[in-house]
Amino acid sequence: MTTATDIAEAQLKMPVRREPDIGHRLLHRTLKPLVGTPVNAVITLACLWILWLGAKGAYGWLVTRAVTEGGAQACKVGNGACWPFYEAKLRFMIFGVYPYDEQWRVLIAMILFLGAMGITMVPRFWSRQLLVLWGVTIAATAILIGGGVFGLSYVPTTQWSGLPLSFLLSAVGLAFGFPLGVVLALARSSTLPAIRVIAIIFIEVIRGVPLISILFMASVMLPLFMPSGVTVDKLLRAQIAIIIFAAAYIAEAVRGGLQAIPRGQHEAASAMGLHYWQAMRLVVLPQALKIAIPPLVNISIGFFQDTTLVTIIGLLDFLSTVRTAMTDPNWVGIAVLEGYVFAAFVFLVFSYGMGAYSRFLERRMRLGHD
Amino acid sequence: MRVDAMSGTRLLYNLRFRAILYQVIAVGSIVLLGLYLFSNVSQKLAEQNIATGFGYLSREAGFVISQTLIDYKPTDTYGHAILAGIVNTVWVSAWSVVLATVLGLVVGIARLSSNPLLALLAFLYVEALRNVPLLLYLFLWYALIVTSLPAVREAWEILPHVFLSNSGLTVPSLVWTGTHTVVLLALVLGGVLGVFVHRRATAQRISTGKTRMIWPWVALALLAPPMLAILVMQPDLTVSLPEKGRFRLTGGAQLRPEFTALLVGLALSASAGIAEIVRSGILSVRKGQWEAARALGLRDGLTMRLVILPQALRVIIPPLTSSYLSLFKNSSLAIAIGYPDLVMVSNTTMNQTGQAIEGIAIFMLVYLGLSILISLFMNWYNSRVALKER
Repeated sequence: MTTATDIAEAQLKMPVRREPDIGHRLLHRTLKPLVGTPVNAVITLACLWILWLGAKGAYGWLVTRAVTEGGAQACKVGNGACWPFYEAKLRFMIFGVYPYDEQWRVLIAMILFLGAMGITMVPRFWSRQLLVLWGVTIAATAILIGGGVFGLSYVPTTQWSGLPLSFLLSAVGLAFGFPLGVVLALARSSTLPAIRVIAIIFIEVIRGVPLISILFMASVMLPLFMPSGVTVDKLLRAQIAIIIFAAAYIAEAVRGGLQAIPRGQHEAASAMGLHYWQAMRLVVLPQALKIAIPPLVNISIGFFQDTTLVTIIGLLDFLSTVRTAMTDPNWVGIAVLEGYVFAAFVFLVFSYGMGAYSRFLERRMRLGHD
Repeated sequence: MRVDAMSGTRLLYNLRFRAILYQVIAVGSIVLLGLYLFSNVSQKLAEQNIATGFGYLSREAGFVISQTLIDYKPTDTYGHAILAGIVNTVWVSAWSVVLATVLGLVVGIARLSSNPLLALLAFLYVEALRNVPLLLYLFLWYALIVTSLPAVREAWEILPHVFLSNSGLTVPSLVWTGTHTVVLLALVLGGVLGVFVHRRATAQRISTGKTRMIWPWVALALLAPPMLAILVMQPDLTVSLPEKGRFRLTGGAQLRPEFTALLVGLALSASAGIAEIVRSGILSVRKGQWEAARALGLRDGLTMRLVILPQALRVIIPPLTSSYLSLFKNSSLAIAIGYPDLVMVSNTTMNQTGQAIEGIAIFMLVYLGLSILISLFMNWYNSRVALKER
């Protein structure tokens, strides 16, 4: 009769297959996906070749062939990165036509803004106090950039430009677009037909046309709709267009969240005696918005990039100041690649950072649910 | 008195009454706002002496459009100019959609490759394209074409009779006539016939259980109509070859730098999004489906076509629709690099006539209409691939 002990003994007596040593195994594991089959080996070689070409080109352009000294003439002769261009134009590309001696104000405002962003992104700090933080940050930023009080000289909006303007347009657009978007999403899932239809028409019309057409509307048509004698600042008009556009997209993301909340939650809230707004504010929205966070972050990334479109209606956003720097009479035709590479790098850093944050949030939420 | 007040309060607490009240308030305030804006507009337009109405559409446009697909000359009407703009928009969007889908499919599959280097390259491609604004890329591609390619006189001959220069790509072309259109229509007819024959054969196979070789019949149905059309119509098949003269290229068809930059920019940026969509679609099909298909004895290609793709498509189609739609809307960035699409033509028209409201209304309506058409088509396709439940 075989017992558990017998089996265990038999297993002990069995010859032990010798495992290949750890170095060998590791080598096998790394090499197999690379050169396991002939096709794979060819793909690997082709990839290595492309990576090598890319790395060589980038290194040559940035380092070995780079022009580090001399002015525009030296850069015209060389065919590498033109560092003197960055030296001469970096400050203009970032701050644009904001008064040169006052640019420290924008710098502080930007640091404040990015600091507040950083704090907001940490889930541990998510509370009502964030609203206070943002209230203070927005007030301080507005005072610093606009001036006119506390002995700071007044800077008209026509001189707000560069990277700060891009941040401003996207941040204010999202900050105002968010509540509007939530209201639109609630309206779209309302049981009242007239309100639902109005919300559907608004959202679908805005989402069905390109942002550029809404910007055109704001810059060309809006002045015609104002009563005589009332003029709206050009920057404000573009900002209104971006807010409206953002609201329509945010509304769809929030609606996705609302749809994921089971009916039982609404019914339970009603049974507790909560009326519509209480039920939404205390029960449904907190859950729906949490689900909608990852798509909302993706929308934010998109909007940060889409603010570049204000170039077309003549505002000096970051892309526009970079292009202006490139068409400076001293540098025209010399630093084409340099300007765009710098702008692309800045966008890449911020967008990739936000994207990585969005993936982090998704992972965190998955862990929270299961 | 008291009773009335009571019933008034009660009415306010009546859910049905409240629902109607809210809706009346919402609709009423929108109507009032509309009337207010309308009165402002009419007053402003009267003050500034701007004409209203769409009468200008039949007046002579008088401006040049650098590249058009349909015949257009400056003596044509504004309406015709706007039509040329619409055709240009659709033309560049359609080609970009095709290119972006192919590229996106390839890169999306490459991201899932077991080869880590290939997956890394695909990852870099996607991230570099997704995290930088499309407008920046458009400016960059356009600047690269215009500044770093040689002038026409020193055009590179990259293939025999294919020239690349800073005024675009010049390729051999057919001189298009009516007979060619007939052949093209015959080709479309052949395609429809081919699909029909294939369907009939599949239905027969399913009902009888006999497999027969069907591809010769499909090929016949596909190729017979165009062959017949060519034999009957005898189209002029001489190809116009571009030749390099002393100062310019003669003959052939030219892809202008504006078109090329827009095409490349739109296709690349959309392909990054499509790659992510394809990847998540394939990942959404569980591993067990592969294993089950293998256990049934299906080869890898058949597994992909009959088991994996139909399930992945269900996940892929809805986001693919929205990425096609955003590509179509992004084609409006053409104005930044000077490709005469609908927005640019409308903009010129608005500057010449001063009728901004009509101009913007036209192009918003066209975009809205075409967006709705695209989403209707994709919704129809989606309902075909959607999960069929009881």
